[in-house]
Amino acid sequence: MRTAPSPESAAADTNQEDTSPDPDLDPPFTQLVGREALNLLQTALELSSVFVRTLFYCVRGRPDSKAVMFQMFEIGNRSLVFLTVVMGFIGMILVLQGGLQLSRILPEFSMVGASYLELMVRDLAATIGALMLATRVGAGIAAEIGSMVVTEQIDALQMCAADPIDYLVKPRFIASIVMTVTLIVWVTAVSFLTGSLTAYAMFDVSLKTFFNLQLIDKGDLIVGLSKCLAYGAAIPIVSAHSGLTTHGGSEGVGWATTRAVVNTSLAIIMLDLLLSVLGYLIFGP
Amino acid sequence: MSRSSANLAATPDKAAIRPRTKRKLAPIGAPPADVSIAEEVGTGFLELAGTLGGMFVLAGRIIARVFTLRIDREELMRNLYKMGVKSAPIVIVTALFTGALVVIQAAPLVVRLGAHGLLGWAAGFGILREIAPLLTALMINGRVGANNTAELGTMVVTEQIDALRVLAIDPIAFLIAPRFIAMVVTLFLSAIFSDALALLGAAYGGYGLLGVEPRTFYNGMTLGLLGVNDVLSGLIKSVIFGIVMGLSSCHYGLSVKGGAPGVGKAVNATVVTSAAGIFVVDYFVSFTLN
Repeated sequence: MRTAPSPESAAADTNQEDTSPDPDLDPPFTQLVGREALNLLQTALELSSVFVRTLFYCVRGRPDSKAVMFQMFEIGNRSLVFLTVVMGFIGMILVLQGGLQLSRILPEFSMVGASYLELMVRDLAATIGALMLATRVGAGIAAEIGSMVVTEQIDALQMCAADPIDYLVKPRFIASIVMTVTLIVWVTAVSFLTGSLTAYAMFDVSLKTFFNLQLIDKGDLIVGLSKCLAYGAAIPIVSAHSGLTTHGGSEGVGWATTRAVVNTSLAIIMLDLLLSVLGYLIFGP
Repeated sequence: MSRSSANLAATPDKAAIRPRTKRKLAPIGAPPADVSIAEEVGTGFLELAGTLGGMFVLAGRIIARVFTLRIDREELMRNLYKMGVKSAPIVIVTALFTGALVVIQAAPLVVRLGAHGLLGWAAGFGILREIAPLLTALMINGRVGANNTAELGTMVVTEQIDALRVLAIDPIAFLIAPRFIAMVVTLFLSAIFSDALALLGAAYGGYGLLGVEPRTFYNGMTLGLLGVNDVLSGLIKSVIFGIVMGLSSCHYGLSVKGGAPGVGKAVNATVVTSAAGIFVVDYFVSFTLN
């Protein structure tokens, strides 16, 4: 710890964690752990509160199809190119690495396609797609809502007796669920395509052999789609929470964005593990 | 639902959103109508070319400072602490979860072939070569890359970089090069760290789910099917991811325009560009290294 946080120069000081009076030097370890645990608990409570209120407003709130459509455009259409490019490359990478891996133990590649398709449908398409969506959409949501908090627009909404969750989070929530599922289905198709072309080019697997759907069963589809739904719900909730808890001016917005991306990614990875284990226990390998 | 309240709903929303998420000149409200596709594609390519060019110029300048050892050592240490040490919790959690995930995904293969001894190899290959470096890079990208851009962007907006120049302090040697190096070192060390932890998570995940003893798991890894090459390939990748992230976050941070909203936009652009860059580079590196 010899590089313990020296007094930050005023120039470099945009980092909120470091502006709080030296947390890392003195307090005993138990105190640190306890504080972290309490913070975590509080965040979990706040998150569940945001989630429950969002669900409530989805049922009982004002129907606001215009805002939902606008958010769908923002979340869906504007992420399309980015996700397509990334998942196209993911398809190529996975087939390349998987083929290399298999070539060490199996002489032929007839099952590469089937295993790859199963893996994509069950896990990777949804998870990596959602991670990418979280970086793009989550950062955007947190920045928008965070800047509204900083410029006191949220307070203004509350003064008008309008719950910001109803006005801001609900449209994003609905739009995100719909568009995540749609986008994931699309990028799964894209990654199938690039994967099959890679297999054809690198390992001479014909397209017909590659598109072998026999390993995909009902369980895989259910697990994959429920992952899409879970991620689609988690992204706006977690990042809106980061946005709503922004404080400290425009620098706070930068921090809220960072937190949104990190927390959303962590949430996705945890949900992934949870749903994978559940799927494994329910549907078998 | 009355018309007036619907309008009320739309107004604060749009008014706040417009300046923030918009990245091109076209108005967001009705984008498809008034920009032709050719124009949009052309703008996109020009922007891409500008960004890439800017990054390469920045890279050249950083390399010049690194080779002449004109780097501020204190700033380097501070950034190493801030980027590396403070990211450790995220890296640990991500790596443990990732390891368990890889095992679950490798389970069908193992169960179908009935080869429990191969689980270590299958999971190890995926983790060492691909998953651990990639996911570590993505998590650190969200945490460190975004924060770095926000920090540099705020300095640009508040004219602190100009102030440095006025004091005859080279901002690249003083601010940028240390950050760049700290980021590359952070990614390299985190990759080693997360390799080990992900393998641990995989071993115990396999024990919990498939009943494969951790000993069998590690035996499977050391059968001879995995070599130093697999580890090295993952580590080389993470260094290259570090270079991509460092360049893009410093570039976007330095080219912030338009006050505080500009910083927010730059942060968003950094995270997206780095993530896309990481995947694109990953493919080419995997392709070259095998």
